[in-house]
Amino acid sequence: MGAEIQLELTRVANEAAEPVVIFEHVSIGFDGIPVLEDISFSVKPTETRILLGPAGVGKSVLLKLATGLLRPDTGYIYLFGQEITELAEDELLQLRTRTGMVFQEGALFDSLTVRDNVGYQLMERGLPADEIDRRVHEALRFVELEHTYEMLPASLSGGMRRRVAIARAIIDQPQLILYDSPTGGLDPVTSTTIDELIIKERDLYGTPALLVTHRLQDAFTMSTHRYDIATSKTVPLPKGQTNSNTSFLVLHNTKLIFDGSVEALVKSDDPFLKKFLA
Amino acid sequence: MPFAFDNLDTWAKRMLLAIQEYTVFSWQAVANLARTPHYWSDIITQADLIGVGSLPIVVLTGFFTGGVLALQSAASLAQFGAQSQTGRFVSLSMIRELAPVLTGLMVSGRNASGMASELGSMIVTEQIDAMRALGTDPMKKLVTPRVLSTVIMLFLLTIVSDSVGTAGGAAVAVFISKQNSTQYFDSAYQALVYSDIAQGLTKPLFFGFIIATVGCYFGMKTTGGTQGVGRATTQAVVVSSVLIIFSDFILSRAMLWIFSGF
Repeated sequence: MGAEIQLELTRVANEAAEPVVIFEHVSIGFDGIPVLEDISFSVKPTETRILLGPAGVGKSVLLKLATGLLRPDTGYIYLFGQEITELAEDELLQLRTRTGMVFQEGALFDSLTVRDNVGYQLMERGLPADEIDRRVHEALRFVELEHTYEMLPASLSGGMRRRVAIARAIIDQPQLILYDSPTGGLDPVTSTTIDELIIKERDLYGTPALLVTHRLQDAFTMSTHRYDIATSKTVPLPKGQTNSNTSFLVLHNTKLIFDGSVEALVKSDDPFLKKFLA
Repeated sequence: MPFAFDNLDTWAKRMLLAIQEYTVFSWQAVANLARTPHYWSDIITQADLIGVGSLPIVVLTGFFTGGVLALQSAASLAQFGAQSQTGRFVSLSMIRELAPVLTGLMVSGRNASGMASELGSMIVTEQIDAMRALGTDPMKKLVTPRVLSTVIMLFLLTIVSDSVGTAGGAAVAVFISKQNSTQYFDSAYQALVYSDIAQGLTKPLFFGFIIATVGCYFGMKTTGGTQGVGRATTQAVVVSSVLIIFSDFILSRAMLWIFSGF
């Protein structure tokens, strides 16, 4: 009962709080070809938004727009309440230190060890080496890869690289995490491990997140599972229940065609959504 | 015919855009020298990779070029009874022209390609985006240290090439042409004036800047996956080599004019 009240309180607080990311009528194209048109949505604190859509629809582009790695042709993007479309790169770099991003293939620096990759942001801030070591160990423990501390990215498997990338993204306690297809190209077992880590991060730290995927299974796992602290495992929610902080966005043909809960997504009459979910 | 003009028009626009981008890119690389943070450890690492790493090829090139100059000039000079001037010919040619240009071309072949392929690979594997996402400016972290290190190290490598080239000429003059070593070094030393040294040591500063900025520019503008990395590498070497030779002509002309009164 206490947990339900807590959840409800979080939901109410969430609705009142200012979103960490806001897209207002954002459009972008490359070489005259529109990729995203008139995209509007927001990500509230503690909210996880899962961005679905077929491959090549512009999901990764949208994620890069959210953190200012790309600039839109039209529209406005707000990150932590600051309008970023016209922001100077120096100011954007400062703002980005408050976010964590997991890239499609991990994007680990291949000439640095796992320790230096994970602790990169801390090293850039000039923290003492023992403080960095402690926090790197902590982050690697979270993704269960402490033994890779001294290894180079080239000697890690694809799944391990994604987990190290997650450790790098969360080490500085970001206020927003962006996941770009974190399970793309991985086998089902490894994908499940990654999904569990994302759920664990969501339920333990409540960091708002924007997650891009084209795998429906990942999306539904996020919505229908929770992290159980007592058993340190991801467990399914009771039948019929879904995580109230997890909602969906669907992109199709340059447009955002759905923005809502998993229940609304499943019940949608949109022909594309029906086909996509089938 | 209209198609040919259309293509010419597109090509010209593309060239102008590339020149504009390169100018802005180079300016940013220089301007970052005055902005924090400064990546001193990266500057030292790059200086080691570019300078110490290029030392063997610069020594070999310099030595044999000096040797060939002595070999060719000794035969020609002997026809006029001026074989004693071999040292003068070698030192002037090496210090004013050949050491800066050859060292520049060698370092360009080795390092402009290395920079383009390294940064290009980082672009296609999203490592540059990851760096930006982590709050680091890749221009400050990757480009500026390479530019500064290349300028400093090419200057020093040219001095090495000057010395080794003169020594190579001496080796040929003494052991093959059977000249007197004191005469060779005396003529080599007497021939040199302040403007020769100034010319020879000003050029590598420009060449180093060209090598690093061109290499980094093509690397950072890489598109099209691994094939794009290969293309960027080739373009970096070709463009930097041509620019070195072109700027050598301009610099020689300018410095002959500047030092005409000396």
